[in-house]
Parts: sequence; structure tokens; C-alpha cells
Amino acid sequence: MIAQGRGRLIVSAFVALVLTVLPLPSWLDVLRPPFLVLAVLYWSVNAPRTGGIALGFFSGLALDVFQGPVLGEHALALALVTYIVVREHQRIRSKPEIQQALIVFAALIVYEIVLFMIDGWTGHAVTTALRWVHTLTGALIWPPAAAIFAYAAGRRS
Amino acid sequence: MAAFGTAAGRPLQARGGSAGFRFTLFAMLAVGVMYLDQRAHYLEQVRYVLEAAAYPIQLAVNSPPAAWAWLKESFQARAALQAENARLRARQRDLELLAMRYDALARENGELRGLRAALPPVVDHWLAAEIVNIQLNSLRQTLLINRGAANGVFAAQAVLDDKGLIGQTTHIGPWSAEVILITDPEHAVPVRVERTGLRTIAVGAGDATSLALPYLPGNADIKVGDLLVTSGLGGVFPEGYPVARVTEVHRDAVQPLAQVRAAPLAHIDTDTEVMLVWFRAGHPAAPVPNAGGGDLKSGNRDMQPQALSVKPPAQPPQTTDAPPAVPPAAAPQPGSAPATPGGER
Repeated sequence: MIAQGRGRLIVSAFVALVLTVLPLPSWLDVLRPPFLVLAVLYWSVNAPRTGGIALGFFSGLALDVFQGPVLGEHALALALVTYIVVREHQRIRSKPEIQQALIVFAALIVYEIVLFMIDGWTGHAVTTALRWVHTLTGALIWPPAAAIFAYAAGRRS
Repeated sequence: MAAFGTAAGRPLQARGGSAGFRFTLFAMLAVGVMYLDQRAHYLEQVRYVLEAAAYPIQLAVNSPPAAWAWLKESFQARAALQAENARLRARQRDLELLAMRYDALARENGELRGLRAALPPVVDHWLAAEIVNIQLNSLRQTLLINRGAANGVFAAQAVLDDKGLIGQTTHIGPWSAEVILITDPEHAVPVRVERTGLRTIAVGAGDATSLALPYLPGNADIKVGDLLVTSGLGGVFPEGYPVARVTEVHRDAVQPLAQVRAAPLAHIDTDTEVMLVWFRAGHPAAPVPNAGGGDLKSGNRDMQPQALSVKPPAQPPQTTDAPPAVPPAAAPQPGSAPATPGGER
């Protein structure tokens, strides 16, 4: 499971990254859920040994290369979120999907707060309320996204 | 593997210590990377390599829209193409007429300013670049273009389209470069109101269609329809390039500053191609710190010869060539210097 799980993980994370950097019209871009973060969260909850903090860190680094003003910004935020999620993964896993979506919402808020603070400290402050929209869309899309990730992970659910 | 499970009975990380340890490690790594990138700029090379690695992904991501555009183009009817061709030819003729007039005007302007010869245009050469990826939201307004260090692109290079200013390059990869747009909330362009000569700064407002001019006093002479051109201050953009047109002026008696909005002239949200511009070194209208087509690294040293040689425009190449040859060739140099202005007369 773990050996082939790693291959599936990398493929799903890569697809999520592509979806994250895909050019979209600006109104749609604001609504775009953070696919890569969702993928990392899914793997951290369901396979914390394959995924986990290293996955969070390196996915964050990839995001930094594509859209971060400073290298390491998304990496730190994602490492923190995966740390929290990996610690609580058994409790999260046993929850129904609606509650999972709420937890994902909270995790995305934490993620965005870290990004917000680092943006401010490094002098790239972005203060529009629009930056918080994707936490909501991310949480809303969690149930179908989790089902798709479960399929990608080879788990029938 | 689960044999290493932690005390709480949760089979956590079997290798590499507990989750807390791993997190601390990665968090320290991330903070270190951030510090190096932000404060010390040690990571330019690393970023360069990472951007090279990211470029294929960005190309792949952009391929569906590109393929669609190509398909549309190749299935266009012959009649439509002919019509377009005719239109372009007419436009070309008009532009040539304009250019003719422009040459005459430039000469006349040179004479009015008392220069002995008309200056060559400030733009030395340019390079068309395709937009590979767009990030247009209110957080960041950046483009990725398909030209990079391999094409001689440098950081803080001016980027234009056929209507006006678009932005400047920030991060340079080997075959790609990131362009920050003038409408990015973090970007500011020093501008001049063309009608009055009033200088101010245009700051990006965070959407692709507007700029804000937040530093104008309430009684400033500015009105809707005024053209804003680059003022040449700030050392990135040359003087006199169109930037935006004022669309909105709000004067409130209570507030000391006027609220002014302007719409960029460049079609930032619909462009597919942009122009990278190299400026003639030593040209009076060229931006100073990066004033170099050929020798980019000595941009700052160019300031001195430029300041000294205001009169003869042909001087800067000579002075930049001169320093190695100054001690031996001190005698021939004064002899040849008066000869050039004499020849121009």
C-alpha cells in the first residue's frame, strides 16, 4: 500500500498543482479552491506516513515557486497545517464528511492566516477580503474532492 | 513499521522522529529559506533553477488555451484572412505616414532644444515575448513570459505593449521571466500629467483596469481625460511613454488629497504578446540605473559619463571605451574630440 501509495500521492499532488496554477479568468480565480492544499490535507489525514509534513513542506515550496513572493512562505504554512492535521488524523478520519469539511475550513483559515502574516512581514501585504474567499470554496468542495482523492488513492469508499 | 509507534498508541512517523520534531525541522528550514530569500538574496541561483524546473509545467498548463487559439486561427476562412490582411496593410501605411511625421518632429524638437543633431530614439531594440501564464487577481498581478536570461532579459526591465506601459520584470528564469504589472497593488510608476507636466506616482489598484493616483493634493490641476506618461524618474522606465488616462477625479473639500483613478492604456487583460525593451545607454531619456543594452553590469558606472557628456551625443561610447586607453592615449584623445562636433556641423 505504501510503496504504490507514494506513486499515487505524487501523481495526485502534481495534478492538484497543475489545477492550482492553471490560468483562469480573474473572477473565477478568486473562487478557485486551493487544490494542492486539499490534496496535502487528504493524504495527511488518510496516510500520514506517506504524506505528512514533508509532503506539506515540498508542496508549499512548489507553490512558492509558482506564486509566492518569498520562497518558503507557503512551505511554512503548509508544514504547520499538515503538522496539526497529522497529529489529529485519527480523530479527523472518523468524522462524517460534513464535519471534515468544517475542519478543512479551519485548517485553510490557519493556512491563510500564516500566509497573511508572512506577507505582511515581508512587505507584500495584500489586505483585500478576497484573499479569504478560497478558504470557503475549499471547504465546500472538500466532500467531492475527498471522494476523488480516495478514488485516486485506490480506496473504494 | 508501526512498531515505532509513539506513546499515545498512534502509529505515527516510523522514520525521522515524531511529527513535532519533523515539524520543527521543516519550520526552521522554511524560515531559514524565507530569511535568505527576503533579506540576503542568497537564493537567486536556487530560484533560477527552480523556475527553470517549473517552466515546463507552466507551458503545459497554458497549452489548452494556446491550442484552442491555434485551432481557431487555422480554421479561419480565407475571406476573413484576406480582409484582415487588407486592414493590416492599411494600418501599416497609416503608421508609416505617422512615423515619417514623427521623424520630422523629432528633428524639429532636437533643433528647438539646441542640440546639434537629432538624438536617436531612446529604444535601442526590443524583443517580443509571449505571455505564458497570467495571474490576474487582486492579490498579485503578474505575467509569465517566455523570454529569460538566455535572451538577455534582466531584472527591472521595462515591458510595453503597442498601446502603453505594462510593467517590469521581477524574477528572471533561464527561459522565462515574471513581469509585475503596473496594476499590481505593490507596483508604483512615476508619472507625469502630459497636459500640465505635473509629476506624481500611479499605484496599482489591484484590478486589471485601474490605477490610483493617491498623492495628488485637492487643488491639483488634473481632470478626466488627461494622459499620464512616464516621468523617467525612478530609474526603470524611460521618460515619455504613455501609461494611463485619467477616468475619475473626486475632490472632497474635507479631504486634503484628491482621489484620482486612471485606466491603463495597455490592454493588460487581453494581451497575448508583450514587448521587452532595451534602452540606449547614455541617452538623456533612458532610465539611469539600468541604462545598458550591451554592458548591463556597469549600469551604475554609466552615470558619470552620461552626466559629463550632455553636449555631444556620440560621446558615451567613446568615454566607456576610453578608461583602459586613457593613460597611453591622453594626447590623441583631445585632438579627436573637437573633430567630431566639427564634422557634424
